[in-house]
Amino acid sequence: MSARAATLARPAVGGRRLGLSREDIIARGVLLAVMLFLVLFLLAPMASIFARAVQDNDGNFIGFTHFVEYLQTPALLGAAWNSIWVAATVVVISVPLALTFAYALTRSCAPFKGTFRLIALIPLLAPSLLSAIAFIQWFGNQGVLKPLLEMMGLASIYGAPGIILSEVYNTFPHALMILLTALSLADGRLYEAADSFGTSTVRKFFTITLPSCKYGLISASTVVFTYVISDFGAPKVIGGNFSVLSLDVFKQVVGQQNFGRGAVVGLLLLLPSIASFLIDSRVRRKLRAQLSARSVPYAAKPRRGFDALMAAYCALVCALLLAVVGMAIWTSFIKLWPYDLSLSLRHYEFALVDGDLASAYTNSLKMAVCVAFFGSLTVFIGAYLTEKTRGLELIRPLMHLLAMLSMAVPGLVLGLGYIMFFNHPNNPLGFLYSTMPILVLSVIVHYYTSSHLTAVTALKQIDNEFEAVSASLKVPFYKTFFRVTLPVCLPAVLDIARYYFVVSMATLSGVVFLYSPDTILAAVAIMNLDEAGDIGPAAALASLTVLTSVAVCLVYAVATRVLLRKTQAWRNVARH
Amino acid sequence: MDMRLPAEMASFASPHHTTGIALGIEGVHKRFDKVTVLQHIDLEVRQGEMLCLLGPSGCGKTTLLRIIAGLETQTSGRIVQNGRDISWLPPVKRDYGIVFQSYALFPNLTIAENVAYGLVSRKKPKADISARVAELLKLVGLPTSGEKYPAQLSGGQQQRVALARALATAPRLLLLDEPLSALDALERIRLRGEIRRLQQQLGVTAIMVTHDQEEALSMADRIVVMNHGVIEQIGTPNDIYERPATPFVADFVGKVNVLPAVALGQGRFRAGRLELHCSGEHGDYTPGQAVRLYLRPEDRAVGHEREGQPNRVRGEVLKVEFLGSSCLAEMQIDELEGQSLHLCFSLNQLHDLGVHAGARIDLALRSERIRVFPAIAGGARL
Repeated sequence: MSARAATLARPAVGGRRLGLSREDIIARGVLLAVMLFLVLFLLAPMASIFARAVQDNDGNFIGFTHFVEYLQTPALLGAAWNSIWVAATVVVISVPLALTFAYALTRSCAPFKGTFRLIALIPLLAPSLLSAIAFIQWFGNQGVLKPLLEMMGLASIYGAPGIILSEVYNTFPHALMILLTALSLADGRLYEAADSFGTSTVRKFFTITLPSCKYGLISASTVVFTYVISDFGAPKVIGGNFSVLSLDVFKQVVGQQNFGRGAVVGLLLLLPSIASFLIDSRVRRKLRAQLSARSVPYAAKPRRGFDALMAAYCALVCALLLAVVGMAIWTSFIKLWPYDLSLSLRHYEFALVDGDLASAYTNSLKMAVCVAFFGSLTVFIGAYLTEKTRGLELIRPLMHLLAMLSMAVPGLVLGLGYIMFFNHPNNPLGFLYSTMPILVLSVIVHYYTSSHLTAVTALKQIDNEFEAVSASLKVPFYKTFFRVTLPVCLPAVLDIARYYFVVSMATLSGVVFLYSPDTILAAVAIMNLDEAGDIGPAAALASLTVLTSVAVCLVYAVATRVLLRKTQAWRNVARH
Repeated sequence: MDMRLPAEMASFASPHHTTGIALGIEGVHKRFDKVTVLQHIDLEVRQGEMLCLLGPSGCGKTTLLRIIAGLETQTSGRIVQNGRDISWLPPVKRDYGIVFQSYALFPNLTIAENVAYGLVSRKKPKADISARVAELLKLVGLPTSGEKYPAQLSGGQQQRVALARALATAPRLLLLDEPLSALDALERIRLRGEIRRLQQQLGVTAIMVTHDQEEALSMADRIVVMNHGVIEQIGTPNDIYERPATPFVADFVGKVNVLPAVALGQGRFRAGRLELHCSGEHGDYTPGQAVRLYLRPEDRAVGHEREGQPNRVRGEVLKVEFLGSSCLAEMQIDELEGQSLHLCFSLNQLHDLGVHAGARIDLALRSERIRVFPAIAGGARL
């Protein structure tokens, strides 16, 4: 009764919270740490750009002077216009190409669909520089197909035509993945109903197929548009004197050390990204609503003529895609284009052993391994704590917002923010600047969103009461995390790790501001080699990057199969 | 399933098996933003009893269970377990085992590892743990399934494992959150008997949430009927069924006919042209007051049961709905214009009395069974 008397003296007040156990404190502490990481490495750098845009080089507040100056410089405005029309052109070419390809993969019975799909995704594994190098080899001043270019009335591949070609190659798989999802959500019953009225194939395409993948088309278009606007590799290599926004940021900051002007251009670069991020998240919500609606999946029926046509189309596209990678690989092996076409490994020797950039490849490997390991762990733990633990209800939405925000920030802008934030003389974290850890952290942050969404999807699929059950059994949540949740979600975690590895090998725009001579990365080295005219070694390094990612994907496929057979035995048991 | 209680199982039995309050809920109130989910719930759970929280979805029963478990927090109010105030303790510091509708078995652990989950962290010798796991699996009728994974078992078997896991640490309170709702009809009936017997054998206090009245009636020592965040009635299954305290309870538990009527005083009421006598609890209604009479389908007398009974009526069978061992006849009583009664007959009565559409039957409406509630708009409670 004394207990009762004691608690009666302390009446229960509305809004009081449960007492904290040791585990609660751990869960909240770790969640706060993940959020602090995102605040420091995403939010703070972005804030620095805003601050810097209204300061002069000595840190005095100058209002909108930089903006006014910018708007009064016709050359710079021209760059903005160039960026926009080039990106729009790429959308107009890339999205229909990808739509037809996705249509062939989902709606026809063409043979080799699996192979076509794999080949179409290869551009994802390459730095955006690779395609530019390959197109120079095909169409450049000494290119194999230069006459073809002249026949089409184009004087040179350098400039807009080259950028457009390269970006179509780079964006094709991004558009394809979105459109594949959109098309595979189709409701088979609509087509059956149409067939019962004897509707023609063309009419079905325009009245059922196109409207049903409307959101997919919008999403693919915004993703392609943003990719092109913020890509930096292709314009750098094949752009010639054609100026675009992303190159402008680079020139202002690296060339002229004009950080204020750089910040202004960076903010301009952020605009289309944020706009398409908003459009995309709206559209995705609608896409999800479509997905949850009850529908019968469409199953394609064999039609010989149509299937043959679709297979021919896919084969052609794949041949073109392979021609690009193939040209890069070939370039990397021949002695001296176009005079001595005998094969040798000298470019590889130069890129990996002799040159000043010899450490680039191993640096990239090291970074990719670190990003894959720490990134997948951070992302998964962050997603787990947001999804499955309680408390801190007020700041939990912020965590989700931060995780989604990273997608809206182009790599170049993120890198710019890092310079301004970490290079600031008063920042105690300044010691990180131009070290390997900051490269690793920047890449983790840059690709946080898709990794986070993968983790959240996997976590949503497991029972919501595991934490409640283990609390009732007096087992701390972290034991259940390591013993149950992590093993059950292992496939998703490995998936995130592979994704992080591949993007780390290829990424350029985020890290181009952050490397030092000691931490130079493959993509940066390719850029520098190309600039120095060493196109052979550049191609060698680019090819090596692609082949490494291909190898990692293969190892991943085999390893997960073996590993999953061991650790996921419970998945494949038959019921008795 | 082996239903004998082995001697070594005595350790599971609660020490306070007889009387006493296992759990006291005092003025628990819960608001989500502006929606009130629970309104000042007062409830005492006795040692060793099976208490069912019954109500339609959204009535607050699951919220109340989750507050007891510490998975939700009450806006105000106290919860006292065995004299200890646990109102603001986190779940880890409370003493209960819990079973969820979704089983929540760890899919990557074997059945034995699942059951041992709470024991391992208590640093007991391995041999003790495996002996305990074997006991528990035997107790729930799955003695040979220890090496299997959850995916290899049927839903009912998985729920038995979840039960064994919840009981493994010998908690003094067992919480069951719609444990049978995910099972098919046959498995549900089998398992509800098993859970009840196990709970009685071990003498563990249990609180079960369900929306299934049949489940509650067949398993509970006492039932708490809830609606819109308040308790409508607490009582034994018999009480709840035979003496519903509110129109809601009468309506929600079992089938019931509702007749609008006017009080005539001294337990007499007029419905249509019919004057009905009510000898049970009929309240104190002033003559002329509008009321509603509640009568269950089986509360009628036929044949020679009618002798000496008041409320004799005659009516025509409109249609008969066949339900298997019994049937439900819709009848037009002569003096009740425009309102039909649904009355229940056994198959034998169906044949003996010739109940079929168009037949005329003599009956008596059992005066001691009629419940009277005031006719307030919407049939609200007193």
